[in-house]
Amino acid sequence: MYTPAMDLPDPAARLQAVPAAPDSRQADLQVGFDARIDADRKIEPQDWMPEPYRKTLVRQISQHAHSEIIGMQPEGNWISRAPSLKRKAILLAKVQDEGGHGLYLYSAVETLGVSRDQVLDALHTGKAKYSSIFNYPTLTWADVGVIGWLVDGAAIMNQIPICRCSYGPYARAMIRICKEESFHQRQGYESLLTLMKGTQAQRDMVQDAVNRWWWPVLAMFGPPDGDSPNSAQGMRWGIKRISNDELRQKFVDATVPQARILGVTLPDPDLRWNDQTGRHDYGAIDWDEFWAVVNGNGPCNKERLATRVKAHEDGRWVRDAALAHARKQQARAMKEAA
Amino acid sequence: MTETSNPAASAAREWPLWEVFVRSKQGLEHKHCGSLHAADAQQALQMARDVYTRRQEGVSIWVVPSASITASAPDDKAEFFEPMGDKIYRHPTFYEIPDDVGHM
Repeated sequence: MYTPAMDLPDPAARLQAVPAAPDSRQADLQVGFDARIDADRKIEPQDWMPEPYRKTLVRQISQHAHSEIIGMQPEGNWISRAPSLKRKAILLAKVQDEGGHGLYLYSAVETLGVSRDQVLDALHTGKAKYSSIFNYPTLTWADVGVIGWLVDGAAIMNQIPICRCSYGPYARAMIRICKEESFHQRQGYESLLTLMKGTQAQRDMVQDAVNRWWWPVLAMFGPPDGDSPNSAQGMRWGIKRISNDELRQKFVDATVPQARILGVTLPDPDLRWNDQTGRHDYGAIDWDEFWAVVNGNGPCNKERLATRVKAHEDGRWVRDAALAHARKQQARAMKEAA
Repeated sequence: MTETSNPAASAAREWPLWEVFVRSKQGLEHKHCGSLHAADAQQALQMARDVYTRRQEGVSIWVVPSASITASAPDDKAEFFEPMGDKIYRHPTFYEIPDDVGHM
């Protein structure tokens, strides 16, 4: 089942997904938990789990959910400007999928004993992070294609290992998401192929978009392994399966031939095949820029958050009215039954 | 844990939680596929369609208020399920039948 709150009508009680246990019992529980992780078995919402495991999952799954929801904005900007009805329908479907992915993940995070409102509140007050990539602007139509090809491509690379995550609800949400994600990447790549068969101006537009997105996309995989202190613990818990640098390398190796077929140049003079390693070498990533964007100083951070908060505030009367209507209907039904 | 100042007040405004079960095709059972928030059952059904069946994954949907579900307690897992552990005679493989009998 998806929620530990099912038997707990007291809203305060749902905040305790993990009941406190006396110390001796705590040790036994920890041993059982470790054994289950070592055996590669799943943890489900009602099972005992160490508090840091739960907190890490709450942070990671909610960040992931927020990324899906904020990620609707850069592409959403182009729905009314899509060049044809076909592209508009595709883009609408894709943006709707992103919303759906956010909802699967919010459901998963709620199984850990936090309410939807708490999770949204953390986003709206700036306490929770989301993927830094969505703080870059979509300047041209080619950006929409490049987001599908590179941003969704990177996301798939990142998400496939999470389908095997030790926490059941997260793993199940990721399986559902990965099934849908492939359409996102393919539609982007196909849209770029179409542009590349067009005029020189259209080809230039694609190259310009690739130039702007390439480095932020590589940074999406997170800091180098040496600078990512939480990674080892995430691996121990079966939350993280493959390191940031390894995923980044896989992504580069997969993308280079795709760029060649498309006919674009990846903007890195140091990018070349290495016979010794059997992989591509690539240039240094600007981590100062990455951290500046993560810490709120990217080109669109303020705009993205403000748009999200405004949508939430503007929708408040709808949520309140729907709830008031439902309660009124319920009261009427009870009165008639009485 | 308490990120918001007053979770009780917040929960009073939050739409209730529903569990969603989808039948993927006629002849198969409804299967739990996730949860969502909705003000009432009708809205929960419509939302479930949009959230969980965007690619025709279902021909029928059930929505159930999460609060109406009673689950077995994880702490009682041992007492609750183990009594069946030693009743191996409930499985067909418990019985030795001569090979000559063929499939049975």
